[in-house]
Amino acid sequence: MKIVVLAKQVPDTRNVGPDAMTPEGTVNRSALPAIFNPEDLNALEQALRLKDKNPGTTVTIITMGPGRAAEVIREAMYRGADGGYLLTDRAFAGADTLATSYALSTAIKHVCPDVDLIIGGRQAIDGDTAQVGPQVAEKLGLNQITYTEEILDCKDGKIVVKRHIDGGVETVESALPCVLTVNGSAAPCRPRNVRRVLQFKRALAPMELAPGTTYADLPYAEEYEKKPYLKLGQLTCADVNADLQQCGLAGSPTKVKAVENIVFKAKESKVLTGSDEDINGLIQELLASHTIG
Amino acid sequence: MANYYNEQIKFEMESSPLMQRIAELKERDYADKDAYADAPQDYADAIDSYHKVLDIVGDITANIIAPNTEAVDAEGPHCENGRVRYAAKTYENVQAMVQAGLNGVTMPRRYNGLNMPVTVYTAANEMVSAADAGFENIWSLQDCIETLYCFGNEEQRQKYIPRVCAGETMSMDLTEPDAGSDLQSVMLKATYDEENQCWRLNGSKRFITNGDSDIHLVLARSEAGTRDGRGLSMFIYDKRDGGVDVRRIENKLGIHGSPTCELVYKNAKCELCGDRKMGLIKYVMSLMNGARLGIAAQGVGISQAAYDEAVAYARDRKQFGKAIIDFPAVAEMISNIKAKLDAGRALLYQTARYVDIYKALEDIARDRKLTPEERQEMKKYQKLADAFTPVAKGMNSEYANQNAYDCIQVHGGSGFMLEYACQRLYRDARITSIYEGTTQLQTVAAIRYITNGFYAGVLAEMEQQTVPAEYESIMARIKTMTEAFNACTAKVREAENQEVLDICARHLYDMTGSIIMSHLLLQNASKSKDLFEQSLHIYLNHAETEVEKHAKWINNMTPELLENYKQK
Repeated sequence: MKIVVLAKQVPDTRNVGPDAMTPEGTVNRSALPAIFNPEDLNALEQALRLKDKNPGTTVTIITMGPGRAAEVIREAMYRGADGGYLLTDRAFAGADTLATSYALSTAIKHVCPDVDLIIGGRQAIDGDTAQVGPQVAEKLGLNQITYTEEILDCKDGKIVVKRHIDGGVETVESALPCVLTVNGSAAPCRPRNVRRVLQFKRALAPMELAPGTTYADLPYAEEYEKKPYLKLGQLTCADVNADLQQCGLAGSPTKVKAVENIVFKAKESKVLTGSDEDINGLIQELLASHTIG
Repeated sequence: MANYYNEQIKFEMESSPLMQRIAELKERDYADKDAYADAPQDYADAIDSYHKVLDIVGDITANIIAPNTEAVDAEGPHCENGRVRYAAKTYENVQAMVQAGLNGVTMPRRYNGLNMPVTVYTAANEMVSAADAGFENIWSLQDCIETLYCFGNEEQRQKYIPRVCAGETMSMDLTEPDAGSDLQSVMLKATYDEENQCWRLNGSKRFITNGDSDIHLVLARSEAGTRDGRGLSMFIYDKRDGGVDVRRIENKLGIHGSPTCELVYKNAKCELCGDRKMGLIKYVMSLMNGARLGIAAQGVGISQAAYDEAVAYARDRKQFGKAIIDFPAVAEMISNIKAKLDAGRALLYQTARYVDIYKALEDIARDRKLTPEERQEMKKYQKLADAFTPVAKGMNSEYANQNAYDCIQVHGGSGFMLEYACQRLYRDARITSIYEGTTQLQTVAAIRYITNGFYAGVLAEMEQQTVPAEYESIMARIKTMTEAFNACTAKVREAENQEVLDICARHLYDMTGSIIMSHLLLQNASKSKDLFEQSLHIYLNHAETEVEKHAKWINNMTPELLENYKQK
């Protein structure tokens, strides 16, 4: 089987400090550690479980972002992924979910035209849109199963998936290839494997090298010649034959009109004593608003 | 994300000049670098790998094992149809460690090991213990493989080591109902089955940690008619062959996650490991030394957890309008915990480094003849390791108990309730000063190095270390303690009375530990003031008080006074 896992590096919005937002109301990325989007780790685990069961399966990571986003590829390789590609180009900058989905789908067609399964997290914690997975499926004309909890079976060109729905779960089947998005409540991702970390710790994407330098300028340069897997895959807009009009800002119909800082505060408060009169008043009020009764 | 790999442990991985030698010996001058993708290229690369491995352990211990601890402690293991079933969450812990590849940590790469130094393994052990001291037992029994590696034959190595590296568990089956501290009395019978050309075990064992493991090292009497240690041999029992059942598991005060088993051997097939009659004399001693270093690490881990719990509670808890950590009486307890933690940890890793150098040289000696310099080096570090191990084990296990006690005290009444982690630490700590040799037996192991002047020599050498000018007064204070120690040793020796020596031994032992740890903390603070200066001042204050107390005790001791200690 050939599996592509879509993963994103995101600011860790779960650990927000006082300087998490800029005065302009945008995310202060330098104040937040960059992490592997949590639900993408759940997605990776589903892919790795299929690989455990079906020897010969390859798991390839595709991530879009700047040079440092290659960390996501390494982290996935530490856990068992075979390799990955950093999709990086100035032309991709400013992409909304539509342009991102377009870029990812062109990359999938390029690196893995005979893909069997594409798995991503349900949504990223920086945008929370849950749109990219489904849009990738649309762009590639594939079935999609969202809110995946667990892959129950995958053989003979079919996949059976338990998915989360309101008030319960349902089991669905789809022909392959298809796209899955995985919930955070699915099995957590396995830890990094020590031996794989030691093997891949020096892996770098070309974008991560200092400007004007090559792999030959790095410490242990000969290692990169002997072990080609230490040079991570990297793709530009041109590499994947993407239509510039559908990439980045140009391809993004979403226009940010304004960003507002919202501060929650209590509007008004009422002081009640423990007197019968106050209690009766409150009961009447709650009955009238249908909060109780 | 929380991570247990803290700055103090990191410091211990790279600050000592011995580390370079350890990496070079363990890596055989980096000979594996082209054959194995995970092997380091040079020293800097090796240290980087050590940090990376420990960062993973720190992640797993903080984010998987620690959150499971309470449930594991409450459920404990079960005995069903002669087998052990761990608490449910223990399986998650086991799985995480196996998936991370953290088994067979010190084994050579040719058997699928990670080829990490004992020092790095010890750090991992410390963190696992800080997360769950009971699980530490299960995980760290992988260390038994070291004994099989050292004394088993090549066929046995190839058969068993890769299995341990893949995550199979081990146990060391030594204790019996009538053979606890006195292992010479072991009676489990090993007989040779001529018909099937194999050894068979019959009898029972008791108090066997993780006794339903996959691969057992068993001490048994192979020489019929003998009654002492010379009739004992070491055997390997493979659970796949069957024949050993778990009769019951103990209901213990602490380390609930760790199943302590009573085992019944019914004609169980086994293999002889090494030579006959060497079981206790040579192999168990080697097994024990490794295990004792492990318990020292377990103690340090518990002390770290006690410190973390005490600080967190004392910062949060407010009384009389302020956080209780701001009251000197509470701050003193917390400072003492930290000082004993830092001092004990310094001793733990110094010991681990000594073990590393001699073990790595011993391993090289299996492949080629050592040069005379190397032989000398091996002997030197073996002696240091033998002398330091009982002190590291005894002192750290006693500190773990003291620190867990103080941790509850910091919590006040809440600490007596079962809701807080401190009560578990208190229960878990209690066994550390008992198993793998009680503190009293650690004293027996260490005392000969005290009376023969070996420690005096070590201390004299430590006094030669150069320290920054600001610490010269501290060095002078340590020298004063050493003078008191030397005077006490002389007094006890001159008494030429075995009973006086025996009863003074523990006091001399404590003095030795306190002074060595003062030196080690001084050395650490000289390299990193930020990390260690505060503990240095506090520990020195503590050590001086201890040394003075013990000196007074020893000076008071006479054969006449001794009579009063005898229970009639």
